[in-house]
Amino acid sequence: MLYVVITFLWASILLYLLLGGADFGAGILELFTSRKNKAITRKTLYAAIGPIWEANHMWLIIAIVILFVGFPLIYATMSVNLHIPLTIMLLGIIARGTAFTFRHYDAVKDDTQSLYNTIFVYSSFTTPFFLGIIAGSAVSGHIDPNARDFLSAYIFSWLHWFSAAVGLFTVSICGFLASVYLIGEADSDEERLRFAHKAQFFNIAAVICGILVFAAAYFEKIPLIDWVFGNWVGRLAILFATLSLVWMWSLLYRGQIGLLRILAGFQVTMILLTTTYRHFPNIVILRGGGYLSLLEHSGHEKTIEALGMALLLGSVLILPALIYLIYSFQQKPLDAEHY
Amino acid sequence: MNDFIAARSQMALSLGFHIVFSCIGMVMPFFMAVAHYYWLTTHNVVYRNVTKAWSKGVAIFFATGAVSGTVLSFELGLLWPEFMKHAGPIFGMPFSLEGTAFFIEAIALGFFLYGWERFNPWFHWFTGVIVGVSGLASGILVVAANAWMNSPAGFDFVNGQYLNIDPIAAMFNRAWFSQALHMTIAAFAATGFAVAGIHALMILRGQHIAFHTRSFKIAAIFGCVAALVQPLSGDISAKDVATRQPAKLAAMEAHFETEKSASLIVGGIPDEEAREVKYALRLPGFLSFLAHGNFEAEVTGLDRIAKENHPPVAITHYAFQTMVGMGMIMMGIAAVYLLALFKHKKWLTKSWLFKLFALATPLGFIAVEAGWTVTEVGRQPWIIYNVMRTADAVTPMPGIAYSFYLFTAVYVSLALFVIFMLYRQIKMVGKLYDEEGESFR
Ligand code: HDD
Ligand code: HEM
Ligand code: HEM
Repeated sequence: MLYVVITFLWASILLYLLLGGADFGAGILELFTSRKNKAITRKTLYAAIGPIWEANHMWLIIAIVILFVGFPLIYATMSVNLHIPLTIMLLGIIARGTAFTFRHYDAVKDDTQSLYNTIFVYSSFTTPFFLGIIAGSAVSGHIDPNARDFLSAYIFSWLHWFSAAVGLFTVSICGFLASVYLIGEADSDEERLRFAHKAQFFNIAAVICGILVFAAAYFEKIPLIDWVFGNWVGRLAILFATLSLVWMWSLLYRGQIGLLRILAGFQVTMILLTTTYRHFPNIVILRGGGYLSLLEHSGHEKTIEALGMALLLGSVLILPALIYLIYSFQQKPLDAEHY
Repeated sequence: MNDFIAARSQMALSLGFHIVFSCIGMVMPFFMAVAHYYWLTTHNVVYRNVTKAWSKGVAIFFATGAVSGTVLSFELGLLWPEFMKHAGPIFGMPFSLEGTAFFIEAIALGFFLYGWERFNPWFHWFTGVIVGVSGLASGILVVAANAWMNSPAGFDFVNGQYLNIDPIAAMFNRAWFSQALHMTIAAFAATGFAVAGIHALMILRGQHIAFHTRSFKIAAIFGCVAALVQPLSGDISAKDVATRQPAKLAAMEAHFETEKSASLIVGGIPDEEAREVKYALRLPGFLSFLAHGNFEAEVTGLDRIAKENHPPVAITHYAFQTMVGMGMIMMGIAAVYLLALFKHKKWLTKSWLFKLFALATPLGFIAVEAGWTVTEVGRQPWIIYNVMRTADAVTPMPGIAYSFYLFTAVYVSLALFVIFMLYRQIKMVGKLYDEEGESFR
């Protein structure tokens, strides 16, 4: 059952990265859109993510609940030493979720709209940036639970080049996912072309940020190269990711939407796989070589049993409904005469 | 402000904020379902407009409820890591089920808000009901988690170790039923009165009468029925507290000396040093009756409880008085309204009735906040009753005061924004939802 729970944890992190990421990316995209195209981008974006944005962000809650129920020591350690980036991320989540809803539901459309827009785009950038910082810090070996002074316990646990680079990488991945997703939602060829350009832009940005991540890892003596290339799963995943990247670029302007989306999602999945596979089951690497392991630091057996059952039950209920939701909003509306 | 007080204040602020949105999130879907049902069966457009207008408001509340809830699930660790390290695996069961309930709610909400003109009307109606049902389920589950803090169960505490963990037994602890029942009814009473009050105000202003009277009636009936039964469930809660947490009951009642046929204290100013209550009204024997159903029974006072385990008496006492006071007023108004509905139909058009409701708009939410203060402050100094002290659970991170100021600023501005938005929503009713008004579109 422990492996069932771990699979759910991994899957919800992946789904949050894919769906929540595309959602953040939509805001990032808006930030990088020229002023004259902003309004139309905004409209497409709303039509695409409006009905599902709440559901997209539930994956984060699921991951957190799995962590605090199943792996309390890991949750507690991260909460203490990464207090500051977590708080900033939370402020980002508050700002983004409310600004997104307010700008649509405000009954009067006036100058406040530009305030909502500003809050929305900047928090769409900040939130995944800090998510990346948190993920990067977890494996960076900078967290020191025994640190006594403020700076090393609460600041240097997350403030370093490696995690900053992971943050930027996360941001560009989000932008990339959103652009690819939105190609299929655009109304006009012109807009479609614009999203395709953006997808290229963010893809290049992701490659550059990826190089930065490796460089930072090298300087901070984090054995990232070994994690990624030191085993056949990592090497194979990187190979697949690269192949699918080439394939995707060749398709970008041909409008095979479904395939494009699958390829983009596949690439991100491969990236998450390589970076987590090698140091499974350790998800937090501590200063001095210690670690927190999903296998050794899990909760009591009965808890894991119950949690696993709850998750299985939940997925039986949720998945069909979620798939139907996404499917329905891909269809054209019914005739208005129903009402 | 020291870090411990700051952490408690931040927790209280975040929960106090979230609870308003979650109450609305679990109750409004039912109001909408009723209006929606009338629209589908009578084809009176006013009902469609009421449903649509409400659903816009609800979308705003939902988003705010969802983000503040997300914040809470992190704050448990950010502020109380020591607590979560031990409690997480024990009281986590309701939270893991709650995840499912939230998810279903978010999905159903997507269907409901964006599903007009897309689906079979009854399917669309049904998704709205699902939003309400899963919201209620998540409210009940999260309260079961809180009840575990009041009445820990499902483990053995041996030499500081938590052994023989049973998450199912922890979920069905002794307090869960009375708390969940009381909370659910409270959500209906508070939301019903708040919504009815706002529509009553608009009726008094003479605006869009057809629209507002129909909305008023739906909300008022829900709110009044709940307000009538709430004191009964409060009585169940009080009897429950008396047996399971005598210190909390003593603090609620500012009951310093253990005695038989104890008197119920109404009002007054408790003095914790002198162990007495000044200027209070005393009803002899009634406390014994309330706590144990018998006018002669003995009620444990604070004298039987070690000094270091006393909860803050004054806050708990005032909060309890506030909740009960609001409860009594709401019950009175509810009785008047039901009389009007069934006996004195002419009252239904009188402006004093609407004035009464308009004045009562905030009462339910005041009672909700006060009730949670009773529960949480009355449990102090324990975070897990008789097992772990709150002071031992707090994060070692210094400077929590700044985090508290930051969150206060964020929540205050968010609250102002929501009010501003709601105000605009109501102002636009004429333009968007009133057929008779000249500018309907
Ligand atoms: C509309 C709101 C409302 C109203 C009118 C009342 N309550 Fe209440 N009360 C709550 C809303 C609430 C609450 C916010 O929902 C609480 C906090 C925890 C809980 O489960 O419910 C609560 C808690 C609470 C507790 C503590 C339970 C515990 O700690 O386990 C007691 C003893 C009462 N209530 C008793 C009453 C009585 C005797 C009332 C008589 C009128 C009353 N309440 C009206
Ligand atoms: C499942 C639900 C809840 C959980 C898990 C929970 C948990 C906690 C925790 C961990 C604390 C800090 C320790 C303490 O001071 O007691 C706390 C404090 C507090 N909570 Fe709750 N709580 C819940 C529901 C609520 C709600 C809905 C409110 C609404 C207002 C609330 C009001 C407070 C208050 C006022 C405090 C501060 C107590 C003090 O200052 O002494 N709680 N709660
Ligand atoms: C007793 C107090 C509480 C009650 C009655 C309650 C109830 C609810 C309800 C009914 C909702 C859905 C409605 C909405 O989204 O507006 C909700 C949302 C949420 N609550 Fe609470 N809650 C309470 C305390 C807590 C606590 C202590 C936590 C954190 C551990 C929490 C976490 C959440 C989350 C994550 C959401 C968002 C779910 C979504 O997107 O629909 N809640 N709450």
